[in-house]
Amino acid sequence: MKPFTYERATSPAQAAAAVAKERKGKFIAGGTNLLDLMKIEVEAPEHLVDINGLGLDTIEPTAEGGLRIGALVRNTDLAADSRVRRDYALLARALVAGASGQLRNKATTAGNLLQRARCPYFYDTHQACNKRLPGSGCAALGGFSRSHAIVGVSNSCIAVHPSDMAVAMRALDATVETIQPGGQVRRVPLSEFYKLPGSTPHIENVLAPAELITAVTLPKPLGGVHIYHKVRDRASYAFALVSVAAVVQKDGSGRVALGGVAPMPWRSEAADARMQEGAKAVSSVLLADARTTPQNAMKVTLVERTLGAVMNEARTGA
Amino acid sequence: MRAIPQTRRHEGNALDTNNPLTISRRGFLKLTAVSATVAVTPPFVARAATPDGGRAPVMQKVVLQVNGKESTLALDTRTTLLDALREHMHLTGTKKGCDHGQCGACTVLVDGRRINSCLTLAVMHQGSKVTTIEGLGTPEKLHPLQAAFVKHDGYQCGYCTPGQICSAVGALDEIHRDVPSHATADITAKAAFSTTELRERMSGNICRCGAYSNIVEAVSEFAGSQA
Repeated sequence: MKPFTYERATSPAQAAAAVAKERKGKFIAGGTNLLDLMKIEVEAPEHLVDINGLGLDTIEPTAEGGLRIGALVRNTDLAADSRVRRDYALLARALVAGASGQLRNKATTAGNLLQRARCPYFYDTHQACNKRLPGSGCAALGGFSRSHAIVGVSNSCIAVHPSDMAVAMRALDATVETIQPGGQVRRVPLSEFYKLPGSTPHIENVLAPAELITAVTLPKPLGGVHIYHKVRDRASYAFALVSVAAVVQKDGSGRVALGGVAPMPWRSEAADARMQEGAKAVSSVLLADARTTPQNAMKVTLVERTLGAVMNEARTGA
Repeated sequence: MRAIPQTRRHEGNALDTNNPLTISRRGFLKLTAVSATVAVTPPFVARAATPDGGRAPVMQKVVLQVNGKESTLALDTRTTLLDALREHMHLTGTKKGCDHGQCGACTVLVDGRRINSCLTLAVMHQGSKVTTIEGLGTPEKLHPLQAAFVKHDGYQCGYCTPGQICSAVGALDEIHRDVPSHATADITAKAAFSTTELRERMSGNICRCGAYSNIVEAVSEFAGSQA
């Protein structure tokens, strides 16, 4: 790990200003992903601003009938919240499907959204990786790519976004609230938050340098049946091969977002519109532009079958 | 795929399997004790930037409350809570396994919640109340869960055991506090203990000896006695 200076932030605006001021400054909250990457020097900040003391750890109702989730609410506490379990069950389900009990106790809401790729070539500093070292190439394209993305990919990067939580939040039309070093605040819909890799896979979202996420808001509850179905190589504590977050209404209409298949939670309104036609119709829209490798082509079938299982469960559970 | 060289992965750690010198366990313990002492002497602190132009180590004072005892330490900011406990406070009950949050051997309780001590910095825990296996029980007065592990043979080599026990204490408290899990059938129902729940909730603790079924028996007996 490279040496760094460390300070505890006193307010969200001060935290953003402190990261902006220092060369290679970074926020640290739960730290479970950042420290993991700092140990292998994939991340090498020279100054850490600890935001754990800022509050931002409450879940409050909004005037619109939704919920405002503080950036520092731990995954465990968000999953345990009675309102989340009752009104946004797919979010609670997605949270408990991710990581381990120990990690969920540390991992925060904002940090979960900002998780870096778990691509083995991103982690291995001896391999080419455009995300880690822009311009160095992508070892995954011709490498071990079974877990990699099949949509939204480019010739530069085929890494998937690893979050479960973000997939559920995308299905729920969540919005990210931020503050910038100058104190300006803004709201970014999660649908516009992530960036596809294109030729710049090291740029993963629309956050400006030193912009700090302060909260995530959820609109008012949708009702319906909530399902988060995660398919993975182990029964627990593994990243998704494919996951489906769905809210299905009694008439079979609804919305669906996919995890494990793209560099961001994957959803399309055109696919949602075909929910009543069944899994094949929905997956054909979601994966219309799929670009697979021989190793991950099975994900196309897996998406359709997982969607089918989710729709069956919704019908029998509705 | 080439592995990351051990010397980089374990920077600042005397345990280096690539080192041609073979170090005995006793010699290793002495070595780590010496390097821990050296680490806080002024010449080290004052050292200029490293030859590759990088930043010099940064030292910071941190007050930790571990097992009810307050300690003031001068630590390199890079020191994880795990290394602070083991290398600086010599509480070697907490184990280093993968050092990347994947195995659970380093699990401790911080303010009552189980975490991976390898994935957090000591300086981030100023004022936190840390409980390690040494704070749960002693050889003379075992924690009931330690006694249950002995009774049910919940280990072979024992390396993962302190992490398993701290994790189980945390997991049972989470059930008590109504935290749901992936194994919970009805997410809105109050969390309750079952062996299925326990297996899911303990998935962050790996036992390479495969003592899982005995661990489940030990924790189940303890959970039953607490009910």
